[in-house]
This record gives sequence, structure tokens and C-alpha cells, in this order.
Amino acid sequence: MDAERITEKLNILADAAKYDVSCSSSGSKRKNENKGLGNASNGICHSYTEDGRCVSLLKILLTNHCIFDCAYCVSRKSNDIKRAAFTVQEVVDLTINFYRRNYIEGLFLSSGIFKDADYTMERLVRIAKKLRTEHKFNGYIHLKSIPGASDELMNEAGLYADRLSVNLEMPTEAGLKLLAPDKNQADMIKPMGYLKDAIILHKEEKKLFKKAPIFAPAGQSTQVIIGATPENDSEVLQSANYFYKNFNLKRVYYSGYVPVLADSRLPTLNTAVPMVRENRLYQADWLMRFYGFKVNEIVNTQQPHLDLDIDPKLGWAIRNMQAFPVDVNKADLQMILRVPGVGLLSAQKIVSARKFGKLNWDHLKKIGVAINRAKYFIVCQSNEFERRDLTGNNIKQFILATSQSKYIKSTQSQLSLF
Amino acid sequence: MTTLLYDGSFEGLLTAVFEVYEHKMDAVNLVKTGKYTTAMFEQVITIVTDEARATRVLKGLKTKLSPMGVQRLYAAHLAEMDDEDNNLIGFIRYAFNSDKNIEEDYGNRFVVRVSEMVRMVRREKHRMEAFVRFQKLKDETFYASVEPDFNVLPLLIRHFKSRYADQRWIIYDLKRNYGLYYDLHDTQYITLDFAESNKPSDLMTAFSEEEGIYQHLWKNYFNSVNIKSRKNTKLHIRHIPKRYWKHLTEKI
Repeated sequence: MDAERITEKLNILADAAKYDVSCSSSGSKRKNENKGLGNASNGICHSYTEDGRCVSLLKILLTNHCIFDCAYCVSRKSNDIKRAAFTVQEVVDLTINFYRRNYIEGLFLSSGIFKDADYTMERLVRIAKKLRTEHKFNGYIHLKSIPGASDELMNEAGLYADRLSVNLEMPTEAGLKLLAPDKNQADMIKPMGYLKDAIILHKEEKKLFKKAPIFAPAGQSTQVIIGATPENDSEVLQSANYFYKNFNLKRVYYSGYVPVLADSRLPTLNTAVPMVRENRLYQADWLMRFYGFKVNEIVNTQQPHLDLDIDPKLGWAIRNMQAFPVDVNKADLQMILRVPGVGLLSAQKIVSARKFGKLNWDHLKKIGVAINRAKYFIVCQSNEFERRDLTGNNIKQFILATSQSKYIKSTQSQLSLF
Repeated sequence: MTTLLYDGSFEGLLTAVFEVYEHKMDAVNLVKTGKYTTAMFEQVITIVTDEARATRVLKGLKTKLSPMGVQRLYAAHLAEMDDEDNNLIGFIRYAFNSDKNIEEDYGNRFVVRVSEMVRMVRREKHRMEAFVRFQKLKDETFYASVEPDFNVLPLLIRHFKSRYADQRWIIYDLKRNYGLYYDLHDTQYITLDFAESNKPSDLMTAFSEEEGIYQHLWKNYFNSVNIKSRKNTKLHIRHIPKRYWKHLTEKI
């Protein structure tokens, strides 16, 4: 092995892959039944980079040669950068050796598009196949579905990979047309649609026959870039919601645009990464997936943007003061989940604990409720509760005055352009 | 107040519970033998761990708690946290004194504390599953040293055994001076004598040739995936507290 050459390739191809934010290694039930190497189950973050993001998978491009010229991408055809390509064996060796040392949960393999979609996809699938069949590798494999790849290849990919993903890149088709003239959304949606049906089909088969092969057990995900085009939060979340509903996606990732290229269509190079906005979008995403919120409750035509100062659940609560106060000793779980400062676990604990006796502030604090936010919205077994007739805006001011945002230094307001 | 001294084992804890009920004690202060400092005017009883009695208590506990609940209690005890023995025995007594299962009574201070302890232990276990860094030795064994906050090695067996079924490995707890060794069939507890080589890092000479290359590649990879314009040191350190760095290949 030529260590120097491999190091150089790894640097180039890891650097080019890092803007893909998906890092999840959970959701697959692949077991180590063949006395081989590895298993995939709960998902483990093995390390964290200095920007605080988790390192769970060996995330690399097979190559950064690309025939496309997407404005937001470092690997675009017209960008003058060093190009490199791994061989199939090199990727396999790196994956196995990193995995054996407990550096990673598995492989996340993406690629620039060389020649055409099928040619590229075929290479990706070949690596996954080799790992699974020749090396008895049961770790996590996440493959990119190359837009426009054939159904046959997608089917084979599903048999070896745990998760597949196509990046929508831009929340709307107009945004995509502007920045990635070579791509079209229909090409991206086609493999997604095929996989959705194939996953359902294989699940049904698995119910009937225990020996039926597993097919992309960790499902599909996608990513949209935030802040490169002028879409508002409402458009972003509506589009995410559409894909959750219609394609059974496991995750939509939101990637704050990191200015890497000078282009008149893009924000200038010294623009800050919209990290707060990204964080708020993830919070909103969680509300949709775990807290029973409908997308229209979080953003709508009156509220096209998420409030950057406060989290979207608090935002919803102060717009809907008629729903409060909630009595934590009586209200049903769905309503307790809507109280700002109460998380999923706390809500479940409250519902379990109140069977044994009524809960007071002290109990709630011990359970883990953020009292400083929740106190305006709940009553419990105590004479102390918020008696003033506060407006939503009052509450927001009180909460902001008593808590310090971890983003205080980077607070930036988002302007409505239209 | 009676002070009970016990040996720190789970059986010892259960024996102490037996004594409490046998002698109808009310307020007790349970302390591990080594941690006890003598106080005046105190009644002190030393608990002699008794397998039969411990088994009886465990059997009774199983009728009061779910299998998961017993496991959680075991994990909380295993952690060997200081000054928590009274919370453990408080939890057990509360379980025995109630008619129904109290595992989810988060209004009770013992239940809340044990659930916090379990969370701390589980987090440490999960961290070890993430932060163990194996180094390949010449004889193809993969070696890792760790220094976990709590005694979590026994909780790691299942995970590492099923994951690395086809390689021999050692995970060694330097703080508590014992380790796990998997020989391709089973795991066993071992103690290593580093006296001759002084430090485990002197094992360097025993590393396989390719080990250095892969460590180098991993460090490079780790640096390449960082996005400088998103630097967030606070978050970084919250995720990987500094005390773990010395065993992390990418942070050395």
C-alpha cells in the first residue's frame, strides 16, 4: 500500500464529502449472524470534529470527478481543484481497517458523477457487495442513490445497503434550476419512488417469510441546503413534510450553506453559516416527527419564518395561549408534549409518575422539566402558578431575559425579502 | 441510626437488605468497608456477605420489580459511585414496602436518584462503545486501554463480543486494573502486569506494522472532515470531554 498516495486521496475525498451532513448510523437491525465483522443497530457517534458534528461513518466520495456544474458544490466541473478517485479495493480496505479499530460504524459512500448515472451507481453498489459478500461485513452502509440510476441498480443497492439517500439539494425546484442547471428534480424523485415501493414490498415479504432478504432496513433520507437560495422556512418545512409523507423518508437533513465558491447566484464568500436557522429547522422537524405537530402549526403564510430567538415549540405556545395552562396531573400525553420545556422523556415520565401521586414543581424539576420555560404554561399540585394574565409576547420577553442563548454571539436576524 | 458496613459487592448489598428486615432496623447508613471513617456513639454492624441470603432477597426483589428493573438496579450498583449506597438500599426498601411496582414512581426521591444513576452509567457505557480505540498487535489481537468514570466493563461484553466476533481483542480498564479478553469464542476477565514495561504505551514495539499507517490515515480523515467556518469548541468538548482524549487516537 502506498501510504502517501492513499493519505492524499483520503484527504481530498473526505474533504469533498463533508458537506453532506447525514451522519446517522441507526435504524438498521443487521446482526452479526455469520460470525463475521460488525453489526448495525443503535447507532454510535465515535468521535466529534472541532465544529461539534459527529463522526460516525467513514464518509467519502468514490471520486470528485464530476460532469455536473452545480453552483453550490465544491466538486463542480468548473472548479479548479485537485481531483482523485479511489479504487474499489481501497475503499474496502479503509472501511474494514477503520471498523476493526472501532473508529467508525460503517461506510457512507457518495460520488461525483463520472460518465453517467448508471456507471457511477454500479461502482458504488460493487463496493457494498464486496464488503457484504467477500468480507462478511455487517456494519452500516449508507449509499447515495445517483439521480437517474436504473431500477435494477437501485434494487441491488437496497439489498446491500442499510440506508440510501438522494439529496434534493434545494428545497424547491426553482432553486435547483437556478443553481444546478444540469440536474432536475424528477430524476431525483424517481429512485426515491422506486425505493419507497421496494422497501414496503420487502417488509411485507419479511413478515411472511423469515428468510426473505432485508432491503435498506434503515430506509431513505435526503438533504436540503439552507440559505443558498431565498426560500423561507415555510417552503423548506412544507417540502420536508411532503417528502416525509409521500416517500416515507426516515430523515430530512438541513445543511446550512457554507460559502465555498464565488458565484453571483450565491451568497458572498464571507457570509456566516446560518447555524441558528439550521438549528431551528431541526427543532421544527423534531416537532413534526415526534411531538405530533402539523407543519401548518409551526409555519404558515402568516408565520413564514421560524423565530430565531426562541424555539418553535415556545413559538407555537405563545401564539396559542388559549390552549394553556395545562394541568400536568390530568392532561393527556399529546398535550403535555406541547408544553415548552417538556421533552419526550419528561412527558412520558410525568404520565407514568402521576399514577403514584400528584406531582408538584419539585417533582417536575427532578424529572427534568425546564421549569423556567414550562412555568408559564402549566399548573400542578401547588398553590404557586402563574396568576398574571400574561400575553404571549410578555412571556417571550421574560424567558429571553432570564435565559442566555447559546447562540448569543452569532445571533443574526433573518430579513423577509419579499 | 445504625451503620452497616459491607464489602461493596451486589451480594453484599442484598445481604445488608436481609439484615435490615431480619432485625427490623429503621434508619440505617450503608457504607462500603474501605470508605468508612469511625464516628463516636455509633452502632456499627459489619455485614458478612452471604450467598444464600442474597439469593433470597434477589428472589423477593424479582417479584417486586420487572426483570428490566432488577437489571437497572444492578447497573446502578456496578457503577461504584461514592455515597450512593443509601439511595440503593432506600430504593430496595421502597420496592419491598410497596404493594405495586414502583419503578416509574418518579415522584419518589430514591426512584429518581436510581434512574439518574442508571442514566449516568448507561451514558458511560455508550461512551466506551464509541471511544474504545483498538490498536492491532503483532499477534493480530486488537488492544485498547480505557479509563471510564464508572465500572462499566461488564456491561460492554455483549456489545463488543457480537460486533468483533472474528477478531481477538482486549479492552483494559487502567483505572481499575482489569480487562476483558475475547479469544474468538468467549470473553474472560484478565489482569495484565505492566510492571516490566512500566506503561501500556510501551507495548508500542508489539504493534503490527500497518497499525501506524491506519492511525495516521484516521487522524488525517478526522482533520479533513472538520468544517473550519463552523468551529464550535464548546460543543466539541461537551461531546468529547477532555479526560477521554488521551485514549483517542485522533486527539493524541
